[in-house]
Amino acid sequence: MSAGVLDVGRTLGSRRPNAGPATPPGGKPAAAPEKSPDRRPLTRRLGPGPRRRFAGLLGPLVLLAAWFLASGTGVLDPRILSEPWTVLATASEQLGSGKLQEHLAISAQRAALGLFFGILLGVALALVAGLSRAGEALVDGPVQIKRAIPSLALLPLLVLWFGIDETMKVLTITLGVFVPVYLQTHAGLRSIETRYVELAQTVRLSRLAFIGKVVLPGALPGFFLGLRFAVTGAWVSLVVVEQINSTSGIGYMMELARTYGQTNIIVLGLAVYGILGLLSDGAVQLLQRKALTWQRTMAG
Amino acid sequence: MATNNGRLTPAAAHAATAAAAPVRVRELVRGYGPKGVLNGVDLDIAPGEFVALLGPSGCGKSTLLRALAGLDHAVEGSGTVEVPAKVSVVFQDSRLLPWDTVLGNVTLGLQDHDAGDRGRRALAEVGLAGREKAWPHQLSGGEQQRVALARSLVRDPELLLADEPFGALDALTRLKMHSLLSELVHAHRPAVLLVTHDVDEAIALADRIVVLDHGKVALERTVASGANRTPEDAGFAKLHSALLDALGVNRHRALAASNA
Repeated sequence: MSAGVLDVGRTLGSRRPNAGPATPPGGKPAAAPEKSPDRRPLTRRLGPGPRRRFAGLLGPLVLLAAWFLASGTGVLDPRILSEPWTVLATASEQLGSGKLQEHLAISAQRAALGLFFGILLGVALALVAGLSRAGEALVDGPVQIKRAIPSLALLPLLVLWFGIDETMKVLTITLGVFVPVYLQTHAGLRSIETRYVELAQTVRLSRLAFIGKVVLPGALPGFFLGLRFAVTGAWVSLVVVEQINSTSGIGYMMELARTYGQTNIIVLGLAVYGILGLLSDGAVQLLQRKALTWQRTMAG
Repeated sequence: MATNNGRLTPAAAHAATAAAAPVRVRELVRGYGPKGVLNGVDLDIAPGEFVALLGPSGCGKSTLLRALAGLDHAVEGSGTVEVPAKVSVVFQDSRLLPWDTVLGNVTLGLQDHDAGDRGRRALAEVGLAGREKAWPHQLSGGEQQRVALARSLVRDPELLLADEPFGALDALTRLKMHSLLSELVHAHRPAVLLVTHDVDEAIALADRIVVLDHGKVALERTVASGANRTPEDAGFAKLHSALLDALGVNRHRALAASNA
């Protein structure tokens, strides 16, 4: 929105004529004074300048173009990495047979369930730790320990306890998800200033209203940061659980392809993971922008 | 029994004011030892009375206000503090929740079904009708402080505590806020304790001025009602210099500072 203002004289030396005075609605400006050239002593711009829409797509597009180019010119051996069009053909083939959707559905279900329970657990623990010193003393240590243990390292134990069915898979994802949600939400809770707590006390907020009006909204920026880590983390955990002892899902599809040396299916799986990751991150960002309108207007 | 020839005996008169006084502070001590912040403060504020609490930085005036506001949980101390049931606080920063709208901030914690209407009315009273849906940071500093005033008044306080509420505002805005506060206090008649380090502000607004120094009341002066509260007034000048003396400000130095 502010780009229009910032665009004037975007680069040093481009002395574009100024837009001039706004024309009155309906009709030409009555004998507008002759525009003198816009000369202004601008300083050298050191900041990165205004944001451009869809600029984030540039990097991935360049990467894609490089892949096309390398495959097209034969620099890239298809046995190393399948050509993009082969992967596209494989995708339509797999979509046609319904196999891809099947794997995708089960993968998405696992990720969603794991995310759901992980977010619930992370927020609950963050609230316990953030609202009482006793809670913090009890909860924070174990979570920090869990943080130091990768989900992969827990897998043997989880398999022993829960077998290789869905419970184990969802639980592994949950354990990977709740840590970033807890950490960031807890940090968000702690960053709520004491002055707001005092305010809540002077207006005699009940504990419930305090949580609803001050604690949760104040911790929301932190929560969303944690959520973005969590969503990415959920896909990562998914790969791990689906490539071990699994009979369905994108990870299984790729693992199967590995045993038959089908690079195209492996690359398809990678592409699906990538797209899912990008889409879900975009969805979280969208949600974040909706929920944090107050913050966005502050920045703009 | 309390009357003697139709007049209150001094003792009975004292008892009567004491019973009606919404604020009663006795032998208030906060922080012990040589570093004590309040060292035995007595203070009464009658219903509807406007008291300004003056003092240099670190004299304990904010500590006293926080004691009245019930915000000194972790502070050691002794003494008696009695305040009415409905106390509102205005802080130096407007302390608006950045994630809530202007109206949401005003009605924060109100549970009655007409809270929204009352909030809108309070906002209109401080001259901010139509800004209900704005975010706090979209308002100027003066406007934010007006929202804070609306948030206090919508609760019909019997005691309004204001901790240097205009300290962060520019001089012109501060003057406008003075008249606004006067009007609002006149309309709602809460008892007011205004903490400030601005002598002019105290004289302009208060019925009574209490100077706090080293944790004790150093001086109490009533401002004559109906007095001409402008620097040109002779009474104003006298009070002004008496207060500055009590604050330990040498007049020559004050002059030098204001010229600097």
